[in-house]
Amino acid sequence: MSTITLAATGVEVNDDGFFVHPEQWTEDMVPELARREGIDELTDAHWHVVRFVRAEFLAKGTGPTVRVLGKTSGVPVKQLYQLFPKGPAKVAARIAGIPKPRGCI
Amino acid sequence: MTRRTVILGGGTGGTLTANRLRRLFGTGEMAITVVDQDDRHVYQPGLLFVPFGLAHVEDIVRPRARQLHRGIDFVQAPVDRVDIASRRVHLGNGAALDYDVLVVASGAILVPEETEGLTGPGWMEKVFTFYSPEGAAALEAALATFDGGRLVVNVVDMPIKCPVAPLEFCFLADHYFHERGIRDKVQLTYVTPLDGAFTRPVASQQLGGMLDARGIELVTEFNTGEVDGAGGRLVSYDEREVPFDLAVVVPLHGGATYVGRSPGLGDDLNFVPADERTLQAKAAPDIFVIGDAANVPASKAGSVTHFEGETVVGNIQRHLRGEPLVEGFDGHANCFIETGFHKALLIDFNYDHEPVPGHYPSTVGLPLLKESRLNHLGKLLFEPVYWHGLLPGREIPGLGSSMPTAGKRAPAGGEE
Repeated sequence: MSTITLAATGVEVNDDGFFVHPEQWTEDMVPELARREGIDELTDAHWHVVRFVRAEFLAKGTGPTVRVLGKTSGVPVKQLYQLFPKGPAKVAARIAGIPKPRGCI
Repeated sequence: MTRRTVILGGGTGGTLTANRLRRLFGTGEMAITVVDQDDRHVYQPGLLFVPFGLAHVEDIVRPRARQLHRGIDFVQAPVDRVDIASRRVHLGNGAALDYDVLVVASGAILVPEETEGLTGPGWMEKVFTFYSPEGAAALEAALATFDGGRLVVNVVDMPIKCPVAPLEFCFLADHYFHERGIRDKVQLTYVTPLDGAFTRPVASQQLGGMLDARGIELVTEFNTGEVDGAGGRLVSYDEREVPFDLAVVVPLHGGATYVGRSPGLGDDLNFVPADERTLQAKAAPDIFVIGDAANVPASKAGSVTHFEGETVVGNIQRHLRGEPLVEGFDGHANCFIETGFHKALLIDFNYDHEPVPGHYPSTVGLPLLKESRLNHLGKLLFEPVYWHGLLPGREIPGLGSSMPTAGKRAPAGGEE
C-alpha cells in the first residue's frame, strides 16, 4: 500500500498499483496515470476503453477481463493490446482507478 | 398443487438436483422435467486418462436418462430460449415447457473457433484438446505415434472446467514418455495466461515446483491470440511465440448458447450470474443455477457442483414455501490432482480459505497438497462414487458441503 499524488490529490494504491478507493478517481488523473503505465499519448481509443472499463465497474462491481472487453467494448482484443501493450484489462483498470478485474478463478 | 420444475441440462448438476428434488417432493407435489440435447452423460474426469490409454471413451459415457430416478421426465431436445417473464422454456423442436422453478444446469461449452487459427490447418492433426471425448480419443492416437519433439500444453484463457486438469496432463505426459523410454527426446512446456502454475498462491507455488522438478518448462502470462497449426507455433497478443510439434490446447469456454438467446439471463460469456452463496439467479427469484453454468467465483468442477446441490435443493424448497433463502454454499472445492507415477495430490478450499497443507477431512485423513499413493487411489475410487453416490444425490461420507477446517495448516502470513 502506498500513497501517490495525482492532480494535486493524495490517492491510495495497493502494491499492484490498483486504487484502494475507486471513488477517489477523477478524469483529470487519467493523463498522469497513463504516463505511469508508459502511455505518453492518450488517443480517443484509449479514452473510450478507460471510460468503458470504469462504467462496467460501476454497473457490475468488477472490471471486465480482456476477453469480455474484446466482446463488449467495440475494440477487438488485438487492438486492445496495441493500445495497452502490457495487458489491456489490468492497465486500463489501473488508469480507470478500479480494482484488479476478478477474472481468474 | 403440483409445482413444475424444469431442469436444463442432464449432466452432473442437473442429474443430482433432479434426484434430490425427487426424494424431497412427492410426485403429487412436484413434476420434474430434465431437458438435454443428447443422451450421453460423460464422466468428465475420465477424459484426462483417455489420451494415455488409461481409460476408453465408451467406458466413461452412460445414458443420461438412466441416471435419473423414477418419476423424473427426460426430454431430449435442444433449448431455444428461456422467456423469464412468462416462465416458459422454448425448445428447439417447437415445443414449450412452463415452469414454477427453473434450474440452469447446462454447464460450459468449448468455443475453440473464438481463437484465431485454432480450428484451422492442423486441428486434430497436430493441435488437439482432451476436453471433448472426440478430442481425447484422437489425441491418444497422436501420442502413440509421437516419438519426440516439442509438446506444448496451453490454456487459452480462464475460466475453464477443472483448472487443474491441464497440469495433471503435463504430469501424466511426463510419466507416459518415461514409460515409453523417450522422455529425454520430449520437451514439455506448460503455457498459461496466469502469472503462475495455478490460480491460488500457496498451491501455485507447490505445483510450479513440481513442474520444475519434472523438467517441464513453465511459460506464464501468455494470452494466446493465435494458434498457427501449419507453422507449429502459439502466438500471444503481445507477440511472443512458443513453437510446438504437438499442441494440447484447452480452448475458451462459454455458457450454453441458448443463454445468449434468453434476454436478461446470462452475462457476456453466456454464464448465468447467481448469488454466490444462495445460488439463486440474479435474473429472477424462481431461477436457480448449479455447476459450470453459473457465474460465481468458484472453480468449475464436479466437486463444486456436488457441494452446491444441498444449497440449491434446499433453497428451491424455501422459495416455494415463501421462506428466506439460506446462504449455504461456501465455495467449497475438492480436487485430486494426478501427478503421475501412481501418485496424486489433494487440494481443498473455498471462497475464504486457500488450499493449504494438512489433512482431509480432519487431522487424520488424506494428506493435503502433498503427493501420495493414497490420493491416487482416492482419485480412481471416485468414478464409482460419482455414478452411484454423487449423481443419485446422496450425502457422501467425508464429502460434506461445507469445507472442513480441522486438519488444515494456516499459510504463513495469514490469508491473502
